Amino acid sequence: MKAWKEKFMQGVFFIAACTSVLAVALICVFLFANGIPAMKEIGFMEFLTGERWKPTNEIFGILPMIMGSIYVTAGAIILGVPIGILTSVFMAKYCPKKIYPVLKGATELLAGIPSVVYGFFGLVVLVPLIRDICQKFHWGGNGSSILTASILLGMMILPTIIGVTESAIRSVPAHYYEGALALGATHERSIFSVVLPAAKSGVVAGIVLGIGRAIGETMAVIMVAGNQARMPAGIVRGVRTLTANIVLEMGYAAGLHREALIATAVVLFVFILLINLSVSLLNRRAQHE
Amino acid sequence: MNKQTIGQKLRAYRRRPGSLILMLLVMLSAVATFAVLLFLIAYILIKGLPHLTPDLFALKYTSENASLMPALLNTIGMTALSLVIAVPLGIFAAIFLVEYAKRGNKFVEIIRLTTETLSGIPSIVYGLFGLLFFVTTLGWGYSLLAGAFTLAIMILPLIIRTTEEALKSVPDSFREGSFGLGAGKLRTVFCVVLPSAVPGILAGVILAVGRIVGETAALIYTAGTVPAVPKSVMGSGRTLAVHMYNLSSEGLYMDQAYATAVVLLVLVVGINCLSGYIAKKITKGNGNGEN
Repeated sequence: MKAWKEKFMQGVFFIAACTSVLAVALICVFLFANGIPAMKEIGFMEFLTGERWKPTNEIFGILPMIMGSIYVTAGAIILGVPIGILTSVFMAKYCPKKIYPVLKGATELLAGIPSVVYGFFGLVVLVPLIRDICQKFHWGGNGSSILTASILLGMMILPTIIGVTESAIRSVPAHYYEGALALGATHERSIFSVVLPAAKSGVVAGIVLGIGRAIGETMAVIMVAGNQARMPAGIVRGVRTLTANIVLEMGYAAGLHREALIATAVVLFVFILLINLSVSLLNRRAQHE
Repeated sequence: MNKQTIGQKLRAYRRRPGSLILMLLVMLSAVATFAVLLFLIAYILIKGLPHLTPDLFALKYTSENASLMPALLNTIGMTALSLVIAVPLGIFAAIFLVEYAKRGNKFVEIIRLTTETLSGIPSIVYGLFGLLFFVTTLGWGYSLLAGAFTLAIMILPLIIRTTEEALKSVPDSFREGSFGLGAGKLRTVFCVVLPSAVPGILAGVILAVGRIVGETAALIYTAGTVPAVPKSVMGSGRTLAVHMYNLSSEGLYMDQAYATAVVLLVLVVGINCLSGYIAKKITKGNGNGEN
């Protein structure tokens, strides 16, 4: 009786553990089964490198959206990474012990704020701000732009980068830093020429995770990026990202249009899988070092 | 470390301008990061608090009051449903990984890999999958249940990971003691290991609640956007975050959108503080001086 119960519960635990495998399998199957045929029908090259997206004319090229996602993500990385890494240096090496818990809580809060709230903030603060600046300098554009989305996403990836980089810096043995100090280097020199290079893999993993978050972000980007489905025309002009394309049109799409949107998600999914893969490779390398 | 006076520090920096610049950059970035957070919270509070009228909490949503009450109730229902599905699954999965699985088992590697993959998938992809699988293939339509299952898959990796950490931090002596007293494996897990891991698991669950409350993209095409409390779990209803998105994209109810943002922000901040508080209790309770 007892042995039977033990075996039964072990089976239950095992099945529960299989759920995540099942979920990933189902997600892959459903996305690929619905997306790949559409890609074939449209033509892989036309779909991936087509510069026009006109669902009403059955023209499905997602290059504008791919470029949109890449531009916006690149902008977020340019703005977010330096600030994120420097802030994590502050957290790990400068911050007085007394205020550390408060600041740590603040970064966690930054990660916890929902993306709609970020989006709303961007909509009511950043968009008018950028619009005014652009008008002053006659750059055109209406404020919803690559620049706006980049600034907002830069803010949103900060907690990811700060968290990962800080723990990477902290995992560097203290004698690296002390050794540098003993050789006469300043506090800053020890950190930036000895500690940070030693934490390189962790820092890169943080950046890659930030890229993943920026590419996958949907709601905040929709609210500030303008969402025009055409090739990006400049950093103060609007773009549409892959994620935005899905949310904006899924509500009314049917037939090939709907499948083309699912194929868009397949492209996004493959991007994310590649990013995940590089993160786990980086982590493995960091553990070996 | 030897103490330097501020004067000594300044003199040292004057001799090395490079270091001074780096130090200033570090300070500037830190100030920028926390200033952005403060500004965001202050801006939304100042703009939103005056619009928190009783009208906003009317039980029925009409085009006049843009009430957030139905959305709030839906959020609570959605959170409860998702947790009911995901928490047992996640805890059982973590028990398998920590207590039962043998080291270096190929299958365990696969489970870990898929869990990692799940935690990296963007929410819109979950939403699309929910639409294809729960809403269309299983024929549930736009419903709370479809939304809850979608969210359950989304928070599963978070719960598995935090539970795993919590179980691993239970000292082996607890297990050995229990075995020594003649308890079986199952009894040891449920009566000894799991109770001492509860605070850690709870902290993870609360983090998951935070994610559910803030989620939008995964819900628009699974739970739908009807601004009312559905009669059953098979009905469609919008959560607070979806409500917030609809208000701000319609652009007709900006005042109410500010007020909704306040409610959402307060909820999330509260949830975060609670999780942090519990996590702090654990480290104190263990008494082994980590952090």
